[in-house]
Amino acid sequence: MRTWKFGDNIDTDAIIPGRYLVYNDPAVLASHAFEGTRNDFAKGVTPGDIIIGGRNFGCGSSREHAPLALAGAGIRYVVAASFARIFYRNAVNVGLLPLVCPESEAIPDGEECSVDLETRVITCRGRTYPFEPVPDFLLRIADAGGLIAFARNLERVETCTGSQQ
Amino acid sequence: MGATIVEKIFSSKCGQSVRAGEVVMAPVDGAMIHDITGPLAIQNFFEMGGKQVFDPEKIILLFDHQIPADSLAAAENHVFMREFARHQGIFNYDIREGICHQVVLEKGRAGPGEIIVGADSHTCMYGAAGAFATGIGSTDMGFVLKFGSLYFRVPETIQAEVSGTFPRRVGPKDLILSIAKDIGADGATYQAIEFTGETFSSMPMHGRMTCCNMAIEVGAKAGIVPPDEITYEYMRSRGRSYEVSIASDPDAQYAHRKRYDVTDLSPQVAIPHNVDLARDVTEVAGTRVDQVFIGSCTNGRFEDLAEAAEVMGNTQFDESTRVIIIPASRDEYLKALQAGLIERFVRAGALVEAPCCGPCMGGAFGLLAPGEVSLSTSNRNFRGRQGSVDASVYLCSPATAAASALYGEITDPRGV
Repeated sequence: MRTWKFGDNIDTDAIIPGRYLVYNDPAVLASHAFEGTRNDFAKGVTPGDIIIGGRNFGCGSSREHAPLALAGAGIRYVVAASFARIFYRNAVNVGLLPLVCPESEAIPDGEECSVDLETRVITCRGRTYPFEPVPDFLLRIADAGGLIAFARNLERVETCTGSQQ
Repeated sequence: MGATIVEKIFSSKCGQSVRAGEVVMAPVDGAMIHDITGPLAIQNFFEMGGKQVFDPEKIILLFDHQIPADSLAAAENHVFMREFARHQGIFNYDIREGICHQVVLEKGRAGPGEIIVGADSHTCMYGAAGAFATGIGSTDMGFVLKFGSLYFRVPETIQAEVSGTFPRRVGPKDLILSIAKDIGADGATYQAIEFTGETFSSMPMHGRMTCCNMAIEVGAKAGIVPPDEITYEYMRSRGRSYEVSIASDPDAQYAHRKRYDVTDLSPQVAIPHNVDLARDVTEVAGTRVDQVFIGSCTNGRFEDLAEAAEVMGNTQFDESTRVIIIPASRDEYLKALQAGLIERFVRAGALVEAPCCGPCMGGAFGLLAPGEVSLSTSNRNFRGRQGSVDASVYLCSPATAAASALYGEITDPRGV
């Protein structure tokens, strides 16, 4: 699975420009992903490829069209040194797995890499890059297949049942 | 150990002590959806098996990003949301009222001590009314529409204590741009910012809105000004008698305590392509601008327009510069109209549009061609935000925007 590498502060306008927000279909959004920022992405991406970002990946708008565009392109893992809060939640909710990897900057572009959730490392040509554990409550949502599947089986929720992260 | 205002809001909603770092399923007092993120949220609500929303009276539904419908796709999104509102018994402000965040506050739909979510990142603006308010995505919003509650990680708080009186033609926008520069684009990720100090306790609501609106630009989950008499007076003027007294304890534990003084603050301009790249206006003065936009949820209120008009005086705008002015809401538009500002803007050469997001949306109208430069009172200058990825957006206050519109180049408003 090849990597597509981006820098720091990749914002939601860069992931999907505002003029495409009228569309809600992941496949349509995917065809415009990173348009103007990295024009070879939409045509070149294949399902299973891995996005590599720097710090503050996904900053800006709450538009879920951004993670949806990536999910529509068949992306499963987005790896970054850090994520903007809303993007991080949205990513989990639409079935992406955002992985916080402090060394993401060292991961090469266009490289064949694999992700191991058990050992929590990304491996590229024998070199490994560790990533941080995904918080428990998000894993529960991810394990259910995203928030929609998680919520579908619920009639009501119990409020204020706190849990330490 | 004392609690922060944010911890107190969550504790109050939950009826038990909740501290920063805990993850809680908390009930919300209001949920806002608009024409961009609403259709997806509604789709997700149905996919989650939703049939009836948790409480139609707690949902704020309106259109502001693409109004009047600028494309067939937008028109279809509007129809979809109108039908949803009608079936669910949700009051629909439709295209009538203006920008979502302004409308929520104007209609008294967010108040002290409340938890409000909105499917838009600038939802954090309602912190100006003493609410904990945060932007969420469309799937989270689908969940809220169904259940009326959502998972929150109670955030740590950064206290920004501000002292001093603003110099002439320097104001809240310059302050928040300078704070963004100091904290950085991701400096407050997952945290709340509490704005305190004498500058905030004497700041009118419109300025508090500008500052809270931009909390997200440093990654914050929320911005909040502790409610005081200014807040209560505003709420009363909106027909809501909130008197909830809620504030951080003196011994509350903050993630950071920041101190700022505005006494010697200069007008600030954020240069392309990040909000935290604020510079003193003198460093970028003389930069040619093709378009000046005065408006948005950040700076489209009557006081912002009045500030621009004061700087403009009776001078014509530069003929080679396109000046677009958009009041944030119908109420603000009417105030500007009654004060004679709209006529003055039009006579000076501006294009005054009906309340909406305008060029800040980057898709409806007012787009920039490659190589063009925009100076804008809005909140984001990301590459491509207002059109071409090869265009440049600078951010500033209404005073700086108006001064620059007179000369067609970035201009220090103090010298006009």
